[in-house]
Amino acid sequence: MAEGVKPRVKAPKSAEAGEVVTIKTLISHKMESGLRKDKDGNLIPRSIINRFTCDFNGKNVIDVTMQPSISTNPYFEFEATIPEAGDLKFTWYDDDGSVYEDTKSVKVG
Amino acid sequence: MKFKTLSVIAAVALAIPTLGAADADDDKLVINGEIEVTTKVEPAAHLDGALSEVMSGWHFRNDDTQAMEMDDFDNPGMLGAEAGMEIWNTAAGTEGKSCADCHGDPAESMKGVKASYPKYDEKAGTLMTVQMKMNECRTERMGAEAWKYDAGSAINVEAMIASQSRGMPVNVAIDGPAAPFWEKGKEIYYTRYGQLELSCASCHELNYGNMIRADHLSQGQINGFPTYRLKNAKLNGVHSRFKGCIRDTRAHTFSPGSDEFIALELYVMSRGMGLGIEGPSVRN
Repeated sequence: MAEGVKPRVKAPKSAEAGEVVTIKTLISHKMESGLRKDKDGNLIPRSIINRFTCDFNGKNVIDVTMQPSISTNPYFEFEATIPEAGDLKFTWYDDDGSVYEDTKSVKVG
Repeated sequence: MKFKTLSVIAAVALAIPTLGAADADDDKLVINGEIEVTTKVEPAAHLDGALSEVMSGWHFRNDDTQAMEMDDFDNPGMLGAEAGMEIWNTAAGTEGKSCADCHGDPAESMKGVKASYPKYDEKAGTLMTVQMKMNECRTERMGAEAWKYDAGSAINVEAMIASQSRGMPVNVAIDGPAAPFWEKGKEIYYTRYGQLELSCASCHELNYGNMIRADHLSQGQINGFPTYRLKNAKLNGVHSRFKGCIRDTRAHTFSPGSDEFIALELYVMSRGMGLGIEGPSVRN
């Protein structure tokens, strides 16, 4: 597992039914591209977050594929329609197989 | 006809932003919707009229960069402050003590610290910066190794300490035992260095608000340090920034942590007397 990985999410705690809300996410991750070399000239193995998803009550909101050129601490800001109360589930997939998750509940009304 | 009117409007609309592009704007800095930060103040008496108004570098940045600093979630510098908090709570050195063991909650114990440093230290008999105080604790009380000046961990902890004072006005002592250091800093500020023969004042006093190639020149205030810079995507210490400036004059620079930079830090800090602490701020 990559070191110092910490997912963070900023989402509203409540919304009106059908409201479009802005969600901000950031995961601290070094996003090693696999193209750099260390002091001795050896290739530093690639280690990135390769996929990020957000689901609302099991329904997919956003699904992102990430490539090695994405910089450290990938940040995503996007909008989602909140039809009813429920949970936003965020998932990040690491190259090494680790999966990082976070959940935020949104109330309606 | 209609077309002509429209193009006149378009020409005016285009002209206004380009004309005023390099000048400071009039936006208000409020962090997280609650911390109001003073970014424009009357110059202190000791400036002798060198500046007509003292302005934070925040005003010289574009709206996007300004917005990043207005919300902790969007401010990448806060990741450093968070890492600093972890270091604060982790025991280090032979004594097995952490910063928190003596100083407790930094929200209480470190409030206002950044606003009053560099400060003359009676015991050490010299002017000390926040980083020097941190290293004094590490070597004398924790039995840990001193951090290199402006090293990653040192900057992270300094950013965390600075964040406890956000919004509080810069108020450094420049009289009494600090006076000789202040004089020395002032001399450095007005000394022309390097092949380009530029002093700090050449850019930051005489030409703030103008463009330096493609970038806006600020007054070089340091109320926002440590600063997260978009150009190198990390937190930067003020001494490293001084070094970068002097290097750009094509001079041999002083080192971070040197007596010269410590004195200069006090002097430049005093030029921003009354500005709110912003650290960790976001700049270009």
